[in-house]
Amino acid sequence: MNEFIQHTINGLALGSIYALVALGYTMVFGVLQLINFAHGDIFMVGSFIGLYFIRFAIPNAEPSIFTAIMVLIAAMVGSAIVGVIIEKFAYRPLRKAPRINILITAIGVSLLLEYGGQLVFGASPQFFPDILPRKLIDIGGDIILDSNQLTIFVMSFVLMQILSFLVFKTQFGRSMRAISHSLETANLIGINVNKVILITFIIGSALAGAAGVLYGVAYPKIDPLLGLLPGLKAFIAAVLGGIGNITGAVIGAIILGLSETYVAGYISSTYRDALAFVILIIVLLVRPGGLLGSKKIEKV
Amino acid sequence: MDANTLVVENLKVNYGNVQALKGISFSVPKGKIVSLIGANGAGKTTTLRAISGNCPSNGNVSFHGHSISNKQSYQLVGEGLIHCPEGRGIFPNLTVMENLQLGIVGRHSAKEHFQKNLQIGFELFPRLKERISQAAGTLSGGEQQMLAIARALIGEPELLLLDEPSLGLAPQVVKLIFEIVVKINKEKGVTVLLVEQNAKQALKISDYAYVLETGTISLEGKGSELLDNEDVKKIYLGEH
Ligand SMILES: Nc1ncnc2c1ncn2[C@@H]1O[C@H](COP(=O)(O)OP(=O)(O)O)[C@@H](O)[C@H]1O
Ligand SMILES: [Mg+2]
Repeated sequence: MNEFIQHTINGLALGSIYALVALGYTMVFGVLQLINFAHGDIFMVGSFIGLYFIRFAIPNAEPSIFTAIMVLIAAMVGSAIVGVIIEKFAYRPLRKAPRINILITAIGVSLLLEYGGQLVFGASPQFFPDILPRKLIDIGGDIILDSNQLTIFVMSFVLMQILSFLVFKTQFGRSMRAISHSLETANLIGINVNKVILITFIIGSALAGAAGVLYGVAYPKIDPLLGLLPGLKAFIAAVLGGIGNITGAVIGAIILGLSETYVAGYISSTYRDALAFVILIIVLLVRPGGLLGSKKIEKV
Repeated sequence: MDANTLVVENLKVNYGNVQALKGISFSVPKGKIVSLIGANGAGKTTTLRAISGNCPSNGNVSFHGHSISNKQSYQLVGEGLIHCPEGRGIFPNLTVMENLQLGIVGRHSAKEHFQKNLQIGFELFPRLKERISQAAGTLSGGEQQMLAIARALIGEPELLLLDEPSLGLAPQVVKLIFEIVVKINKEKGVTVLLVEQNAKQALKISDYAYVLETGTISLEGKGSELLDNEDVKKIYLGEH
């Protein structure tokens, strides 16, 4: 039972990192019907921006909540800028082109970030320093709470609350959801569609950047291909929840994070990375629209 | 003579090789209801989409005397040219209230009057008020059409482009919708360009009307005149 609680806490922390990334996949899919393959790489870029920010901007900072928030903000802003550049120069010119063109472009952007990243950051893994004072808290009954896991969970939760406000309570959020139902009608009634799509990229990329930093906190070794696996898993989480559905992305990600941790803890960690793909196959066979998604099936 | 809210000159639209509009010209005087009637596929929706900046076109369109041919849809909404789309162009995944809030999305000048205009919308369509927090997709067809019109009104249109508001609705609801269109025009002074297949009802409430036939205007006249026209009677009113 104690072990179970421990795994659950770890799973929630991992799941909330997936959730931050999955949200970007699902939001961009909502407005553009595009699976933004470069999104996992923005997560990687965010992690590196965080790292370089610590190295060059605040080299002497002690690990603290304040340091962590500064690094988080730097990574979010940097990633958002990368997201804007990608949207404006790679995707926007293709707005009226066949869907397959923009999909292939997304794959191209992804490769560019991965191998461009190796050029800029170097190919070998780098150590992500502590930005939080790490404490192992014994809360009794053999349960050891890692304060980092808790902070990851809390910070993700706060970011998701902010996002939820933006999406469900503001004119931007209404416009975004309107576009995800019908871009044509949204345009017709006076929504500035390009502006809303751009803001969607800004928010999605900023969340991915934040996730990159939190990932560095949890697994402090980062390299330019870092975005591949977590990116793919976050995408699977979004599909599991129902791609295009914001609540679904969070639910899918938490389910995936928890089940990965349970499988690694109770069965064997060799199966952990395969699990996401097993889930993907099951979802596609049984409920292709995802848990909260529509029944509509899309061919890419 | 500058009393025309909208002037359309030689408007042409192509979809690939198909010419959907072959150079039509017409105008909508300020404060009037003008309708564009015609069969399915005649090019009515295309006309409205071209005017509101939602489909590439040739020719000239002016609004309040200024050419708007190169403006984007959201800019035109900002100027008060509001398009109420065909087929209940509401967002079923948003609540009734959220749909109404989008009525001011591109229309800054209407922002401060939102509450007032919301009340006006509820007076016209009391049924919307009871369903304010429901997802719009759960409304009946008639209620969805009411919502689409109410949303357009919240943006304080100077010119309302209304695309087939009676499509697929029960006769009772159709009657109500047309009454509301007249009310909007007479009481609120909104200029209306109405597109309809339901020629009889449309002509009854129109000051002036044009008949659109496969991309060209074949006939025009006062609403009452067209109601008595033999060709119109035969083809559009189903009388013999
Ligand atoms: N997006 C489109 N692509 C190709 N053809 C279209 C498109 N929209 C409309 N059309 C064609 O243009 C003509 C006019 O259509 P439309 O304006 O919708 O007519 P109406 O509203 O009078 O029923 C029709 O022949 C229709 O098939
Ligand atoms: Mg039509």
